[in-house]
Amino acid sequence: MVDKSAFGTFETAWCPGCGNHMILDALKEGLATLDLSPHQVVLVSGIGQAAKTPHYLRANVFNGLHGRSLPVATGMKLANPDAVVVAESGDGCHYGEGGNHFLAALRRNIDITVLVHNNQIYGLTKGQASPTTAMGQVTKAQPGGAPSEPFNPVQVAVAMGGGFVARGFSGMKEHLSDLICQAIRHPGFSLVDILQPCVSFNTVNTFGWYKKRCTPLGEEYDPYDRARAVQTAEIWGETIPVGVIFKGDRERFASKLPGWDGRPLVTRPFDREKLQRVFDGFRVV
Amino acid sequence: MSDSIRNIVIAGEAGQGLVTIGQMLVKGLIRSGHEVVVTQGYHSRIRGGHNTFAVRYGAGPVHGPVREIDVLVALNRESVDLHAPDMADDGMMLGDEAVLESGPGRKSFALQELSGDAGYENVVALGVLGSVLGIRHEVLRQELEERFGAKSEKIRNENFQALDRARGAAQGVTLPFVPPQGRVPDENRAMVNGNEAIALGAMAAGVNFLSYYPMTPATSIVFPLLAHAQELKIVVEQVEDEISAVNMAVGASYGGATCLVPTSGGGFALMTEGVSLAGMTETPLCVVVAQRPGPATGLPTRTEQGDLNLVLYAGHGEFPRAVFAPGSIEECFRLTRLAVELAERVQGPVFLLTDQFLADSYRAVPVFEAGELSAPARALTAWEGDSPYFRYTVTETGVSARLAPCVTESLVVADSDEHSEDGHITEDHAVRVTMVDKRLRKERILDEAGLAPTVEGDPDPDVVLVCWGSSLGPVREALEALEQLGTSAALVHYAQVWPLVPVEQLAKRKGRRVVVVEGNATGQFADLLARKLERGFPERILRYDGLPFTARYILDRLDKGA
Repeated sequence: MVDKSAFGTFETAWCPGCGNHMILDALKEGLATLDLSPHQVVLVSGIGQAAKTPHYLRANVFNGLHGRSLPVATGMKLANPDAVVVAESGDGCHYGEGGNHFLAALRRNIDITVLVHNNQIYGLTKGQASPTTAMGQVTKAQPGGAPSEPFNPVQVAVAMGGGFVARGFSGMKEHLSDLICQAIRHPGFSLVDILQPCVSFNTVNTFGWYKKRCTPLGEEYDPYDRARAVQTAEIWGETIPVGVIFKGDRERFASKLPGWDGRPLVTRPFDREKLQRVFDGFRVV
Repeated sequence: MSDSIRNIVIAGEAGQGLVTIGQMLVKGLIRSGHEVVVTQGYHSRIRGGHNTFAVRYGAGPVHGPVREIDVLVALNRESVDLHAPDMADDGMMLGDEAVLESGPGRKSFALQELSGDAGYENVVALGVLGSVLGIRHEVLRQELEERFGAKSEKIRNENFQALDRARGAAQGVTLPFVPPQGRVPDENRAMVNGNEAIALGAMAAGVNFLSYYPMTPATSIVFPLLAHAQELKIVVEQVEDEISAVNMAVGASYGGATCLVPTSGGGFALMTEGVSLAGMTETPLCVVVAQRPGPATGLPTRTEQGDLNLVLYAGHGEFPRAVFAPGSIEECFRLTRLAVELAERVQGPVFLLTDQFLADSYRAVPVFEAGELSAPARALTAWEGDSPYFRYTVTETGVSARLAPCVTESLVVADSDEHSEDGHITEDHAVRVTMVDKRLRKERILDEAGLAPTVEGDPDPDVVLVCWGSSLGPVREALEALEQLGTSAALVHYAQVWPLVPVEQLAKRKGRRVVVVEGNATGQFADLLARKLERGFPERILRYDGLPFTARYILDRLDKGA
């Protein structure tokens, strides 16, 4: 059995009381529960405070550009299907800068897990509205209130029949850790939108605000029921449902790619005879 | 220019199948022992517009395109009017009776009628053209067999019948000139265009991952790789945008794949942050930029060499790079392999700059050889070092061991932030300096591997034509013309434009003219040379109307003093 301690403990650049600490702990716990060793896992991230998470546990890491964790994670997974690939970043990175990649990843249904630290604000750049900030919420950069409707990632993912769609809360660590385990186990694209407070820059969506609202889905809830998932995904207000909101059963990405054989690309042989046959195909005789 | 070289142009609307006729004609000419240079011109539309497929051919070397037309196959009325001014004095127009009236230098055929109910206009046009050019009937039948033989017996036979009818109709029709006679056909010839050669070069480099967003004129690089993806195990993904294409390739490359990303200038502009990412994370990345005229959408289906500066300076921050610019089909093949290898060796971005002219230009080349190719270098799959593995161990060369993640128990940590040797984020200023220096040390490897330019002609020339990339052929033809006039001349062709290797012929000498020939409006390469050699290169022959250079274009401007 892999122990959680295998993932180490590191000093972080996060504020005391930030939701990131709990998410990191839930991730380590989830990986250990799945009996995954650090070297089997690749954490891919973008830019932001959440995107620093991969630096604070032992694993393979690719910390790339703002908004671009999903293409990198997709490339990594295609290069080595044996790797357990987890993309981890914030709401700005995944839903704003990387919005097109988010939609494409949902369509592809590639077997990666996406953990979105969603604190409904830009933290690292000091408090501007993010794609998930409530309309009308006043920030330093939006003095008249955030002018646009917030993006609902869960609703979009369910609408597109995204493989595995869950919402968690950093304040419910065990619940979150279980969601992460299920997401990684799911054979296809998995989204866990994780609500978390930003103690420095979001004075509206505080720990208490989330704690009061986040309500786990009951045992009778069937995540395979698409119609119900669509309704559940819409709920955002005095109650915010958390748990596995939708699970689809779509074909996994890559099986339709002609060159795909499910093996790591780094081990592919260089076959000169086959190559010569291809070259000979251009011969004019 | 030699009479033994002639220029055939097939012209019509998109959707009339002129590329099919052109490809079959080119194969027939190669089979008949000719050299060819194809120039394709097309509008950015699916149907209609005015498209041309020009084939310059002859038994001897054929270097580049020419404006003058010896035989025009006009598939519509517009083509007749448009190309009439370019017809050679002894030229001949061929076309359907509906678009062309027979007369001096004009011969119309009942192409519609000859093509029958099922509409074999392409085959009929090929038959007429083949017949007047003296291409043996068996050669044309072989073309049809290859293209349509696998279809039903009925289709095969109908094609053959259409060809026979066309031949019958063209019997007795002679051109005003004697068509070039081919050499004894060489069995070791292949018909390959620039983009196909790049695809084959990528296969030769062991490329097994390609992510791209379609963009003319780069898109067709993908098709040979797709056609053989299953056989050679190449993963090809058409992604959501160019930003994804480059980042996905970087991710795959980090994961141990050998990658290629094809695009054009506009798409590449979107990729520049990813280029910087490859520089910082020291991830091998090979990008092909097939140029077309900009800015913005520009002339999307035409040719230009206007993106040199874009590629030279793409990406924020400082990191080493190499830029290749093949001048021929063989160089497209060889330099693609070299570019992919070099990207792996220095663990960073390497570029290949081509353009629409070369991308679409079919030529006859010796069949590429796989037998002698060394196995491509890839990321390590085992760590045998004495100390724990660090992705960015500081070394004298600047290159650190690159291990693929998830294949050993070692952890591979890569970061776009400044990082310490273990790959983790740092803001330590001393580490910053160490790491910048480490990355820049790799420039030495690139400098040492830099290709010297090709030099042809007089070793101590009075006139030096300097060029890069696809203009090699036209410049070579211009050089031959100068030599025939008794001018002491040479050409210097850069197939690698960065790092730049100077040569003696560029040196200043009394009575020497050094003229830079390039397909853009500002002389980007001339300026680069000037910076490198710390002297001006004021004489420039530039072309930026969207068309490729011809020898005549160069010679006319050289006469006028560039």
